[in-house]
Amino acid sequence: MDLNLFFSQLLNGLSSGAIYASLALAIVLIFRTTGILNFAQGEMALFSTYVTWWLADQGLSIGVAIAISVAVSFVGGAVIERVVIRPFEKASPLVIVIATLGLFLALNSLTQVIFGTDAKQLGSAFPDTVWDVWGLRVEAQTIGILVVLGLECVALWALFQRTRIGLGLRAVADNPEASRLLGIRVGTMLMFGWGLSAALGSLAGAMVVPTTQALTASSLQSVLVFAFAAAALGGFDSPLGAVVGGLIVGVTQALTIQYIEPLNDIELVVPFAIILVVLLVRPSGLFGSTQVERV
Amino acid sequence: MRGRALGIGTRVGVVVLTVGVLVWLPQYYGATDTALFAKAIYISIAALGLNILTGYNGQVSIGHGAFFGFGAYATAILMNDQGWDFLATLPVVAVASFVIGAAVGFPALRVKGLYLALITLGLAALFPDLVTKYVHGTGGTTLVQPPQPTSPSWAWGFAPNDDQWRYYLALAIGIVMFVLAWNLVRGRFGRALLAVRDHDAAASTIGIDLARVKVGSFAISALYAGIAGSVGVMVTGLANAGRVETFQLSINFLVAVVIGGTATVLGPVVGAWTFVFLEKATQNLFPDQALVSPAIFGVALILLLLLLPDGIVGGARRVGRFARRQRHARGSPPTRDVPSPIREDHP
Repeated sequence: MDLNLFFSQLLNGLSSGAIYASLALAIVLIFRTTGILNFAQGEMALFSTYVTWWLADQGLSIGVAIAISVAVSFVGGAVIERVVIRPFEKASPLVIVIATLGLFLALNSLTQVIFGTDAKQLGSAFPDTVWDVWGLRVEAQTIGILVVLGLECVALWALFQRTRIGLGLRAVADNPEASRLLGIRVGTMLMFGWGLSAALGSLAGAMVVPTTQALTASSLQSVLVFAFAAAALGGFDSPLGAVVGGLIVGVTQALTIQYIEPLNDIELVVPFAIILVVLLVRPSGLFGSTQVERV
Repeated sequence: MRGRALGIGTRVGVVVLTVGVLVWLPQYYGATDTALFAKAIYISIAALGLNILTGYNGQVSIGHGAFFGFGAYATAILMNDQGWDFLATLPVVAVASFVIGAAVGFPALRVKGLYLALITLGLAALFPDLVTKYVHGTGGTTLVQPPQPTSPSWAWGFAPNDDQWRYYLALAIGIVMFVLAWNLVRGRFGRALLAVRDHDAAASTIGIDLARVKVGSFAISALYAGIAGSVGVMVTGLANAGRVETFQLSINFLVAVVIGGTATVLGPVVGAWTFVFLEKATQNLFPDQALVSPAIFGVALILLLLLLPDGIVGGARRVGRFARRQRHARGSPPTRDVPSPIREDHP
């Protein structure tokens, strides 16, 4: 077996896995605070990525463009929560799922109306340096994506465990009624959670586009499918699970493409087969919390 | 059981009137509109099945576009390569979709709610890849275009055009599927579905076989989606399964169920027709701005859900109950159509 090839595929898998993990983190964040599975997450990220592209197109450096886009996305996410999601506060989960699907359609077509349908080019935030580590090609791009994922994790951990806002977010996720009685502004917290999630999606979008060919209106849809897969694998309420799940999905995908000839073109089978097996053994994902039910 | 809002005479009248209008539609409207009505019928069929799974049994699926695609391809390939008659393909599609649905539904015994929805999403994502790999249609693409059924000479009196004939075929199949669904959800199995949805552990203690109900509802809904796919390919003459189309179909079925009213027999049908016309209306609003229409459709969908959270049929029922309570409050004697308030309050 060619070890070099194996490790370079492993790196490829890790870098695409890190992107899935970023978006999966955004999904988990919303699920934990509001119990909603946000199908529009990918399209929110798509819109943010177009904003990044537009800013870069105006002559800003890519780093600055991403930073501004993250801030814009944070505000946008909060506004979406307040305007679109809040009115459904008491609706059944299925109705909310359909509402996020409506949002999905609306955002996707709005993006095309505002920014046009032609494919856009977006530069990478990372230098295109390539290092040679014992004969293995290591791209700065790959390392950069992994570093960003690591930073996101640390920042989220610090936010949730070490700040007052994080404490409020956790309280609202755990018990909104009791939190309200204790004087936590539940609405503000929910807006904050959606804003945060949109900002994470914006980062994921800015990282995924340079690795594929171009930015189009469907750029983030397959990423969303894999991010959902990652979140299901790890457990919808576990940020750690989202990261581990994302990396597992990315690596198995890359290795399947390389090594399992009969599964060419249908390599999607592998991540979903893994998810199926994991869920059959642990129905709430690898790291998800189990619900105890009483009759 | 729920109290009857309308008397038996009124009900028969409504059914006759509805079927009458459905039969009359293609006589009055042209080919374009008839194709649209036929689309509403096959979306109705799929939504009827999905409602059994999602509405009555509480299992959300976002992968039924895959079963639809399976039915479409099975019919298209059997007609194209084996020269089968359209109607002859239906039993094969029904049995095969039922079996595949049961196999896919098997994890439902252990995996619940959103996790199950995600497995079905995998199905919708995977199906187009399978088609790309194994189907070799027109000019090496994945498109399969079977010969469409044409109007036979004995039907020329009422369906001189082929599109009318196809509409009537779709309508006949749709009515059969509707009656079957109606009987299914009103019987023993339907009550078992609801019991399992509301509390599966409690349902199993009163002797309901959870495995049979959960896997069974999956298999039945898959059968409906498969038949819908067959009817779809008969109407449009084209089997296709892009990744976007398959996902969108899955979503469309769910949308039809929810805007019509979950766990109501009529809901999915009303929802499917509303959906098809809403989509058409948003397309016609700005004919030169094709990109804007999904945005308007998305917004319209969200507004509709805000106004009618329990769907059109659910909303109509609420209005009906309210009106009857008002009549009682004013002290007018209850008519034959109105059941006693005690039955009303304990559905």
